Amino acid sequence: MIRIDCPFCGPRDHGEFTYAGDATKVRPAHGSTDMEAWLDYVYFRDNPKGVHKELWHHAHGCRQWLVVERDTTTHDVLSVAFAKLSKSGGG
Amino acid sequence: MARQINRTAGGGEIDRGQTIRFTFDGKQYEGFAGDTLASALLANGVRLYGRSFKYHRPRGLVAAGSEEPNALVTMRSGARREPNIPATMIEIYEGLVAESQNRWPSLSLDVMGVNNLLSPIFVAGFYYKTFMWPASLWEPVYERLIRRAAGMGIAPDQPDPDRYERAHAFCDVLVIGGGPVGIQAALKAGEAGERVLLVEQMPWLGGSIEKLTTDADTLAEMGNVTVMTRTTAFGQYDGNCFALVERVADHVSVPPEGQPRQRSWVARAKRVVFATGAHERPLVFRNNDLPGVMLASAARDYVNRFAVRPGRNAVVFTNNDSAYEVTLNLSAAGVDVSLLVDARAAIPEKLAAKVREAGIEILAGAVVTRAKGFGKLRAVDVAGLSSDGKSVVAPKRKVVCDLLAMSGGWSPVVHLMCHKGGRPSYDPARLAFLPGDLLGLNQSAVGGCAGDWTDEVPPRELWKIPQPDGGVGKAFLDFQNDVSTKDVELAHREGYVSVEHLKRYTMLGMATDQGKTANILGLALMAEARGVSIPEVGTTTFRPPYTPTALGAVAAGEVGRNFVPERFSPMQDWHEEHGAVMVEAGLWMRPRYYPKDGEDIHAAYRREAKAVREAVGIVDVTSLGKIDVQGPDATKFLERVYANNFATLKVGRARYGVMLRDDGVVYDDGTTSRIAENHYFMTTTTANAGPVMAFMEKLLQVDWPELRVHLTSVSDQWAGIAVAGPKSRELLAALGTDIDMSNDALPFMGVVDGTLDGAPVRIFRISFSGELAYEIYTTSEYGHALWERAWEAGQTFGVVPYGTEAMAALRIEKGHVAGPELDGLTTMDDLGLGRMASKKKHFVGGVLMHRPALLEADRPKLVGLIPVDRSLNLKSGALIREAPFHPHDRPVGDVASFDELTETPEAAGLLGHITSVSYSPELGHYVGLALVANGAERQGSLMYACHAVKGENIEVEVVSPHFVDPDGERLRG
Repeated sequence: MIRIDCPFCGPRDHGEFTYAGDATKVRPAHGSTDMEAWLDYVYFRDNPKGVHKELWHHAHGCRQWLVVERDTTTHDVLSVAFAKLSKSGGG
Repeated sequence: MARQINRTAGGGEIDRGQTIRFTFDGKQYEGFAGDTLASALLANGVRLYGRSFKYHRPRGLVAAGSEEPNALVTMRSGARREPNIPATMIEIYEGLVAESQNRWPSLSLDVMGVNNLLSPIFVAGFYYKTFMWPASLWEPVYERLIRRAAGMGIAPDQPDPDRYERAHAFCDVLVIGGGPVGIQAALKAGEAGERVLLVEQMPWLGGSIEKLTTDADTLAEMGNVTVMTRTTAFGQYDGNCFALVERVADHVSVPPEGQPRQRSWVARAKRVVFATGAHERPLVFRNNDLPGVMLASAARDYVNRFAVRPGRNAVVFTNNDSAYEVTLNLSAAGVDVSLLVDARAAIPEKLAAKVREAGIEILAGAVVTRAKGFGKLRAVDVAGLSSDGKSVVAPKRKVVCDLLAMSGGWSPVVHLMCHKGGRPSYDPARLAFLPGDLLGLNQSAVGGCAGDWTDEVPPRELWKIPQPDGGVGKAFLDFQNDVSTKDVELAHREGYVSVEHLKRYTMLGMATDQGKTANILGLALMAEARGVSIPEVGTTTFRPPYTPTALGAVAAGEVGRNFVPERFSPMQDWHEEHGAVMVEAGLWMRPRYYPKDGEDIHAAYRREAKAVREAVGIVDVTSLGKIDVQGPDATKFLERVYANNFATLKVGRARYGVMLRDDGVVYDDGTTSRIAENHYFMTTTTANAGPVMAFMEKLLQVDWPELRVHLTSVSDQWAGIAVAGPKSRELLAALGTDIDMSNDALPFMGVVDGTLDGAPVRIFRISFSGELAYEIYTTSEYGHALWERAWEAGQTFGVVPYGTEAMAALRIEKGHVAGPELDGLTTMDDLGLGRMASKKKHFVGGVLMHRPALLEADRPKLVGLIPVDRSLNLKSGALIREAPFHPHDRPVGDVASFDELTETPEAAGLLGHITSVSYSPELGHYVGLALVANGAERQGSLMYACHAVKGENIEVEVVSPHFVDPDGERLRG
């Protein structure tokens, strides 16, 4: 069981979280009408071997969306941060 | 009653003051507290414990722990019957009843023993090769025969009466294995002040050590150390999490009052120490499965721990140092050890001197070539071994004995370490697979499982003993699955090269012991046959569970109604009292209909729906998702997440909203109201309450963190009652309220806060039924009372409670879309909602909804259907075609070609399907909603609703989906 050290709740089992994929994929700007950009955002994901930044939602906890750095080969969790703060540059 | 003829006069860890009586195969025996079933039977002179899986050969004890392959018994009876338990793992208790397995009519006289005489034909793959045709006999005849002849025990056929529970453990250090090195590791961590959890599968600590050290007592006294015996760590998972099963009450006849039978633990550790030890391997020679041939380590445990002599006259046979100590132990316990046979030409001199001191002869560079006896060991043949190990040489002799203690070397117990997917690494000097790279973050291995042992003289590689008589007879590597050297050789001749294939072909390493003593022998023999090294053949994959684990412990109480949670509205008691038939909607339990006077579902929902159209009804809508949206950017946010306009929504008004997914397909719908300038109350469908909340949270936290909006799920805080029907306004007025209910003050789509019969409420004048209707939300604690009062006040107006069936009938009559139409494939256009999509703003899904495929003109569109013969029932899922469909008109045996089966919907003439149907009480016949290609243009045309399974073709007329009050006059009244 992957253990995720939620910055708000502390270390918790992965069963409390929902996995939501690649955190490096950036949503096109709200006003963007670039169909290709939207198709890329919605449908295309890399499947990297090794360290990967992922979004996890602490659905059964504080309801925060987190950016989790995870090694996909070992499931070791290397870092956890609030998605909101990591996007706005805070920490 | 049998006497304990093999019990030594003193010694051992058993409590001779506590005699325990038990029954095996109907015969009574006595043992002592501290005995296992295996040791107690051995003390009573029992040598035969089971019949082998395939050949029904007589089998005795091989081991003393969980790796025991032969002595599997069935414990208890009736609903508590549990097959395939190693006798070595069963603590005896007063009144224990156990039975042997795989024999008929009895263990000593087994009819299927004939399989052994026929064994030349029962080779690997025999079943696959023999029972091939006719295919019609596979299941009814062959499989049953095979299962009866080659079987393990019989599973219980009644529900398990015992309770299992789940528990959670957290520790700094988890030590797995309570042998000497495990105890030392736990002590060290305990003294450093760490929170320690030590687990041991046996009921005692100390492993194979003769006398428990005082260390175990010290450990027990440390407050920060928890010792769990009778507990097996059976699975390793990510993040240093381990699955443990604690056998709370398996050592008593039934669990004590209030106790579970077993407890399933999830242990999470910061650091892990594996101290799981090593399994001794058998040596592979002719008839090495005769009762009386056992592992040297087992012989040691029986004399040392249990004070049982496993034989009178013993020979010890080894390829390594460890058996020398065992030889001395056996001798000290009064077993007459006549000979120690060591395959090595050079022997460890220090150890050898002690053995010779005890008067025991040592034969170096020699092997046991054959065990002799019928049903039990009577003698062994011994011969010299050539220096290349390929042949036996003179001198040959026969030695009389009833015990052969063998040691073929040691295999570290790396099973748990492998559960995360790694492979152990082979050490050719130790002849063992070691943990190597298996150890992950904050893990270490100590003692036997790390290969931490030293031989004065290195072990001799000896995977099978050459057969002097040209290979007559069998030499087993896997006792449990009757896999002999010949099976491996045959598999190799037939082209199997991988150990994974070898396993499946010969069954090596399968079943309850999972090849704990056999796997490496199989690998080595395959490597020998192929002329490659052992690592080149590979290792088999170890998966959880390490030892067989009761399914009850895995489920741990999450069975029946406890399998998933159930959600109830505050009005549940009322629904039950009034005979509601409930239906699951996600996790929610909702009233489906309230049958009266023996009504069936059809009569009930038609009556309920009719009453709503003609008078008034109340329905529990608590399960709808409810989200409170607040903040300076709340309007901006809703403008983005809804496809239709929300900027113009005034305070005190509600609006129907449609939400798309990013891919442009309809996601969810609901009503959202503006409570104040920056405060909205959103509702979602019951099914999507959770996902919509999570999606919006993602948008705000990940994608648009600059928006100042806060979301709060208030689904559980509000109870909801919809009051619908022409008399709904009168009903509310009768309840007593401070709210002006007039059409001017509270018009259609109006929202108001106030009180109703003293309860705080928020009233929405919205309608799913198409009638004059109100949705009333009150805080959950008032829900039941308000419902009850509405029911009482409504009596004058002929109020009915109605369920989800009537609710569906009413919405289908109105052509309102719901779950069956919002199927994750439909666009707003498809559902006739296209004009709602704003062209003046950007919204979620607003770009990808314009993908060409979503804009194609002939996409299935929402239409209404009416059966031309009004007496016929429509059915959901029926396919819509222009002509009837007769798949069964084909002559029997005319199997459709692959092309026909895969023909496109267009080629099959499929133009759509029925999504929802209901009887319309208002119209007096069935109506249906359907998604049909070019639906708009087809209005007025006749088509067929084809139900291939039921073989029905019903002629239907395509009409507008709005069957009742298309202009919405009633709900505005």
